[in-house]
Order: sequence, then C-alpha cells, then structure tokens
Amino acid sequence: MSIAWNAFTPASALIGGAIIGAAVALFVVLNGRIAGISGILGGLARPQAGDVSWRIAFVAGLVAAPLAWGLLAALPEIRVDASFPALVAAGLLVGVGTRYGGGCTSGHGVCGVSRASPRSIAATVAFMAAGFATVFIARHLIGP
Amino acid sequence: MYTAASFAAGFVFGLGLLVAGMANPAKVLAFLDLAGAWDPSLALVMAGAIAVGAGAFAFMKKRTRTLLGAPLLLPSPRRIDMRLILGSLVFGVGWGLAGICPGPALVLAGTGSAKGLAFLAAVIAGNGVFEFFEKRKRVAPGPAPMRSS
Repeated sequence: MSIAWNAFTPASALIGGAIIGAAVALFVVLNGRIAGISGILGGLARPQAGDVSWRIAFVAGLVAAPLAWGLLAALPEIRVDASFPALVAAGLLVGVGTRYGGGCTSGHGVCGVSRASPRSIAATVAFMAAGFATVFIARHLIGP
Repeated sequence: MYTAASFAAGFVFGLGLLVAGMANPAKVLAFLDLAGAWDPSLALVMAGAIAVGAGAFAFMKKRTRTLLGAPLLLPSPRRIDMRLILGSLVFGVGWGLAGICPGPALVLAGTGSAKGLAFLAAVIAGNGVFEFFEKRKRVAPGPAPMRSS
C-alpha cells in the first residue's frame, strides 16, 4: 500500500463528513428516521399511502444539491471512469444488494454505526470488504 | 413541515457528499484501491459523519417523539443473518465496480451526468427485481389477495 498524499483531502473530507452527519442529525431529530438512502429510494418501489411524499422530498433534496451548488459555484471534480455496461451491472447489484442487505453506506455505514448497531457494523464490514476485493480484482488481477 | 424537513435533510446530505468528494466516483474508487495509490479521505468522511450522527442519536435515545412531534421510527432488528451479509456483499461488489452508492447516484443524476443517470436507472431496476421476488414470496403460501405492506 502506498498513500497518495497528493490526492488526500483531509479537511474537505472531515467537513463534508460533518455536513453529512448534520443531515443525518436533522433527519432523526425532526423526522425521526434513519437517513438510509437505499431504503428511502427503495420504498418508492412499493408505494404506500402516506409514505411517499417524505421519500420524494428527501430524494429531491439530494438531486437539488448539485443544481443549487452549480448556480453559485463550479461543481467539484466528478469523474466516472466505468463504462456504461459496467455502470448498469454495478447499479443492478447495488439496487438488489442494498435491499436484501437492508441498507447502504448511509443507512448502515453512517447511521447504523453511529448507533453502534451490531447488524449495521456487520453489514458495513461486509460491503467494505466486498468493495476492496472488487477493486483489487478489477484493477490488479484483471485490468491494468 | 415534515416533508420540508425531509427535503432539507436530503439537500444538506447532498451538499455534504459534494464537499466530501463522495460524489466523485474516481475518488471513492481511489479509497477502495488499497493496493494502488490509496486515498484515505473517505475514512475521514465516515469519521466526521459518525461523530456528528452519534451525537444526534444519543440526543434522541430517551425520546419517543421528534422535535416536530413525529414518532421516532428507528429500526430495531438486531439479527445478523445470511440475507444481511449476502445482500451487503452484493452491494459492495456493485460499489466497487462503479465507485457509486445510492446517495452519490442521486447527486450525480442531479448534475445531469448520463453515466450517473444510467447507474441510477439500474439501481431502480434492481429495486424492482427485489420487489418482484419479495412479492412472489409473499403470495406464494396461498391464494391470499396481494397485500401492499
């Protein structure tokens, strides 16, 4: 392992993380819910009366963030290297996996770990390990 | 008010992802690439988010209602089963292939990125696949009418 010090952005990472934490805090203190994005989005695939508008509002907030940012300043660098077929395959795996696993980076990784939930810690270890392994295989065993 | 608060939380979450660099799949993949030129930033994103989040959950611990008077709806299952682990492993493989998880997918869609939209469409299709099998499981035991819960 070699640390890419030139790419390491500790200040923006901590500040951005704290802002994410603030969003999680806002959501539990006002709405009484876990800010688990896969669950919020996934619930829309099974719409139930009275359970739709807050989900759409949260999703709209996420989509609106870069739009508002773009009005005031240039968006930070965003680079998607994966090809379209890879993105579709990855998206399907994320869409299925997060629903069976009951959460993703936000619900398990941030909220669940914040609550010291053993279930979420186990899920986070599993998806982190799978993520590390997948990148290792894709970048160092198969591809350049 | 409840819906407005939900929008605000999503909006702040999206801003946090942008500031943190989590909305940049190349940066996420650089974190997941332990054997390459490793960028540890994402670990600090998690640390910052968890530090603030833990405070909020501790604040809510003894309450049953939120500051808006809404009921506190936090998940209570504690069981660690195959469904949790296998699902999370599958999610991790997808995350490692693209460097995108659900939150950043929505932010990317908001930037108008065609690749972001393709990924998001696939996530929604994946949710549909899950619902299809769940629904089949629910109606399988008998000819009971389809329930929406």
